[in-house]
Amino acid sequence: MTRSFSHEESAGYNRHTISYIRQAADCGLYDIRGMGAKRTVPSFDDLLFLTASASRYPLEGYRERCETKTVLGKRVAKNPVELEIPITIAGMSFGSLSANVKEALGRAATEMGTSTTTGDGGMTPEERESSKTLVYQCLPSRYGFNPDDLRKADAIEIVLGQGAKPGGGGMLLGQKVNARVAEMRTLPEGIDQRSACRHPDWTGPDDLRIKIEELREITDWRVPIYVKMGATRVRDDVKLAVKAGADVVVIDGMQGGTAATQQVFIEHTGIPTLAALPLAVQALEEMDACEDVQLIISGGIRSGGDVAKALALGADAVSIGQAILIALGCNHDTYLQNGQEFDATSDYEKLGTAPGYCHHCHTGLCPVGITTQDPVLEKRLTPEVGARRLRNYLQVLNMELTTLARACGKSNVHHLEKEDLVALTVEAAAMAKVPLAGTDWIPGRSST
Amino acid sequence: MDAVKQFDLAQLTVREVNQYLHHELSGSGAARVEILHPDGMHSIAAGLDADVAVDIMGHAGYFIAGMNKRASVTIHGNVGWSVAENIMSGVVRVKGHASESAAASGHGGLVVIEGNASSRCGISMKGCDIVVGGSVGHFSAFMAQAGTLLVCGDTGPNLGDSLYEAVIYVRCTMHCVGADSREEPLEAADEAEVARLLSAAGMEFSPREFKKVASARSLYHWNADVHQEY
Repeated sequence: MTRSFSHEESAGYNRHTISYIRQAADCGLYDIRGMGAKRTVPSFDDLLFLTASASRYPLEGYRERCETKTVLGKRVAKNPVELEIPITIAGMSFGSLSANVKEALGRAATEMGTSTTTGDGGMTPEERESSKTLVYQCLPSRYGFNPDDLRKADAIEIVLGQGAKPGGGGMLLGQKVNARVAEMRTLPEGIDQRSACRHPDWTGPDDLRIKIEELREITDWRVPIYVKMGATRVRDDVKLAVKAGADVVVIDGMQGGTAATQQVFIEHTGIPTLAALPLAVQALEEMDACEDVQLIISGGIRSGGDVAKALALGADAVSIGQAILIALGCNHDTYLQNGQEFDATSDYEKLGTAPGYCHHCHTGLCPVGITTQDPVLEKRLTPEVGARRLRNYLQVLNMELTTLARACGKSNVHHLEKEDLVALTVEAAAMAKVPLAGTDWIPGRSST
Repeated sequence: MDAVKQFDLAQLTVREVNQYLHHELSGSGAARVEILHPDGMHSIAAGLDADVAVDIMGHAGYFIAGMNKRASVTIHGNVGWSVAENIMSGVVRVKGHASESAAASGHGGLVVIEGNASSRCGISMKGCDIVVGGSVGHFSAFMAQAGTLLVCGDTGPNLGDSLYEAVIYVRCTMHCVGADSREEPLEAADEAEVARLLSAAGMEFSPREFKKVASARSLYHWNADVHQEY
């Protein structure tokens, strides 16, 4: 057969690459966008549970109790964080999200007995009021960071980085810096806000230890201190965080989202969540710290199956950002306003995109009113509607989690273990350090 | 009822002293607290929120008077990193020298360093005033958003790099300014501001000796032509 080359696309210079080069040459600017990595990476989808049969017996799916309570920050804090479910809401700023959305997150988290988290820009009264358990982020920018809000927090999360942009600072483009956001961040209205990538008052892990002690002193050793990091050199980083005194370590895999950053960060930095989690667990085990320090994993957690797999691999809890936004209506073709459903597709078209493909959080022109400060657009998602949708979503995740745990014979979701998992691919087996399905083989481990 | 309460860190922990300052000071009648033998310890007088004078009698470590509100804290010696970090109000005075990141991300109040301050003095400041009697190191007032840094001596490289709305006054030699900061003419309002800060800090120089550095505001919006400077 003769092969035709007249319309054969180059693997190295496909239409996507040509478009990228052309745009760079046209504009002289790199791409900035929201959300997370779009490339395919090994993920929790590549793992399966070995549920019970003759060698294990299951718990009755609809009747037997399966405990989901989760306690975080038990090491030294007077008041550890006690949650009803091991599914938490990740830090997302007021500024990137509307005040309505922040309130919705707080309401839903409170109804489900879990925590929500502030973000770059400080704590809004709406989210404090609506959140029973609120984690206050201490970020390099220190926008809006103050001792009064610090003392109102139920936990403090020192952010060293996030999965979408480890090693990079935050970004909020001028169209989202309205008067309220500008005032909270002590910036001129309408400017492109750049956040620092390093903390202003400490640098290395030895300094971090002293910083953590300072925060404990200011809060009278009352609340736990988390340390959040993007997943890169996970084993070393977790050990340093534990040595610095973290009560909880949060590892954010490369699939984690952002409101805005350079595309090159999103797609080319960090390691997948699936690879990061076992490394973090290994670090805790090597330090004999699993009992004292809790581990939260985030980045690409979407379903109860993902949550169950994360717990089985050794996480104490998960944290979710992007999927929370999608539950609220991100990338939906309609929005609900005053009880009526409206078509949003033309607003997606104005952004040059369509429902299902949108990552234009950075523009502030979110068609469904989530990642916006525009007074017209933000009315497209009320706290009531958002909280209801999010509560439903979290409920489904929790039901799926307990369904899998019971099927594995566990009366507590925290009893899920690595032994319950196998991998579908060699890559996933190597990263998760569980056997390839149908074999006893874990790549990288010598066979016994 | 003692007007002056004294603590000895050779006998007590920083935590015990801070607990007193946070919870027992109010209503105790003490208007001044003296802390002896700080000996390089960290986080002394962190998180204060009271109208009280605190004197730390010697050299102290990192994060002294961090996140201060209302209190007037004087360190009779040198301090380590990040003295008065995130100060909200009140006054923090260092009689000696300060290490890196003095008054980092300070939102309000006044920080006086009578000696020199190391690099990144006033980094990320958000509205506080800082007066340094001596010189400051490199990248001072980096990404400073609001407030005033007044330096009576010299400044190291990259002063005010990526400056927002904070203003810097320098009396002696400026090594070089950082990206997007520039020297501007000293006007009458600036002289009045310098005089105010010098008076508040108890320093005697002529305001006319100072140069002004402020943001050129060229990095406030994305600009392909500034290349790596963004």
